[in-house]
Amino acid sequence: MSPTGEGDAIVTLSDVAKTYDNGTQALERIDLAIRDGEFVTLVGPSGCGKSTLLHLVAGLSRPSSGRIEWWGGPFDETGGPGRRIGLVFQSPTLMPWASVAANVRLPLDLAHVARPDANAAAAQALARVGLAAASARLPRQLSGGMRMRASIARALVTNPDLLLMDEPFGALDEFTRQRLESELLELWSAQRVTVVFVTHSIQEAVFLSTRVVVMGAHPGRILDAMSVDEPYPRSDPFRLSPTFAALAQQVSACVAKASADALPDSAPARADVTRRKR
Amino acid sequence: MRRGTRTTLLRFAAPFAVAVVVIAAWQFLVSVNRVPPYIIPSPLLVAQTLYADRVLLLNSLGVTLGIALAALAFATLLGVATALIFVQSRWLEMSLFPYAILLQVTPIVSIAPLIIIWVRDTRTALVLCAVVVAIFPIISNTTLGLRSVDRGLLDLFRLSRASRWQTLWRLRVPSALPYFFGGLRIASGLALIGAVVAEFVAGTGGQGAGLAYQILLAGIQLNIPRLFAALVLIALAGIALFAATVGLSRIALSRWHESALDAES
Repeated sequence: MSPTGEGDAIVTLSDVAKTYDNGTQALERIDLAIRDGEFVTLVGPSGCGKSTLLHLVAGLSRPSSGRIEWWGGPFDETGGPGRRIGLVFQSPTLMPWASVAANVRLPLDLAHVARPDANAAAAQALARVGLAAASARLPRQLSGGMRMRASIARALVTNPDLLLMDEPFGALDEFTRQRLESELLELWSAQRVTVVFVTHSIQEAVFLSTRVVVMGAHPGRILDAMSVDEPYPRSDPFRLSPTFAALAQQVSACVAKASADALPDSAPARADVTRRKR
Repeated sequence: MRRGTRTTLLRFAAPFAVAVVVIAAWQFLVSVNRVPPYIIPSPLLVAQTLYADRVLLLNSLGVTLGIALAALAFATLLGVATALIFVQSRWLEMSLFPYAILLQVTPIVSIAPLIIIWVRDTRTALVLCAVVVAIFPIISNTTLGLRSVDRGLLDLFRLSRASRWQTLWRLRVPSALPYFFGGLRIASGLALIGAVVAEFVAGTGGQGAGLAYQILLAGIQLNIPRLFAALVLIALAGIALFAATVGLSRIALSRWHESALDAES
């Protein structure tokens, strides 16, 4: 696997913009290519449209202008990209009435996969995230970290080529979060899956990614992108290294500069947005 | 655990104690003040009447309960069907929901005579009246439940290319169950009220005489102990209906709890 991202483009966004019906411009002129095998993190302050961008990549909403291509084609013609794309949300979003195994099996059930095959795949996915023993339990019997693991298992059950994660560890405590980050990296290298990861934590972005895409707000846009050349597997000492600090500093400076640049004309722009909302 | 058992005990013991105190006070006050039974009968007299007139009263109870249960069943069927239609199309819901509200806010006493005139069979007319009263909480609760679906799960279903049917059956219906049972609980009481009110309006006597008719008749004849006995039966029937729906909801929803116990043992 090449951590520098030299693979073929999986998703290409060209001059993509997204304006909501209420007039809020969420994204402006986005050009981004996600390449095979990459771990791309979208990092930025709240309101920078990173979740909107992820929704666009998941095909859950359409861009107002510009083009998005999946594997070189439109969303509908890529042979059921629903099964090639896994999605993990900020909250675990498990069905409370169904067992962990049934929750993980859901994408296969919806695709009418035969029950024995689906069960086998679910068991395998649960084993990968270390939840094999909990498969008969209900979501409410799991801890926050275990629920998130189940959610990740559900996203992996179809063996997707692309895994989209929207601030998945945002609600977890620091210890659980760091453990899950390391586990995610192991999964990523074992599964050869491409990951697009949204976060507002600079540390998380630098620790995980092959490439960090820094976004700015009002309107949401890409400020800069930098690759993280630290080899994998990365471990906790990396979090304390000078390289790590320098990269985190660089991302942070990039966000700060963008907000400073935007300051003179950002106040009227924001007022404008609020007026249109009402 | 002991604390839990004590709470359960309290839940039954406390209302029971209240009943004992109230009935004892009632008996005491009636005997001491020598209140004539045609004003307020003593609890003992009510109990005696209940036993003496048991054939007549239980027959009437059967009639009223039959109407209420039939109405509850129809209201559930029609209400759920309506909610399922509403949730399929926004414009259908928007054009029809006001009429569901209209049904709810129009007092049944004022439309019951019309229904009784239009529908030839009295029993059918009575059931229809009770359905009109009971259906609204089922429609509104079930519709709300079918719409109260986790946004993330809905996105996941969309991403997985779930059909409309799959989304309905695997996501919306289970999400709606707790709401539906809340509606059913309210509807069970309303069905009984609807049945009694409709009987009052219809004033059907003879073979198909329900409890409302017995109350009406007992009032005219100043047979106040029998009136009270009929009231007691209506109240008990209402409590039984309510308890039955609570039990039903426990059974349906505790699958989530039971499987929980299985996993831990």
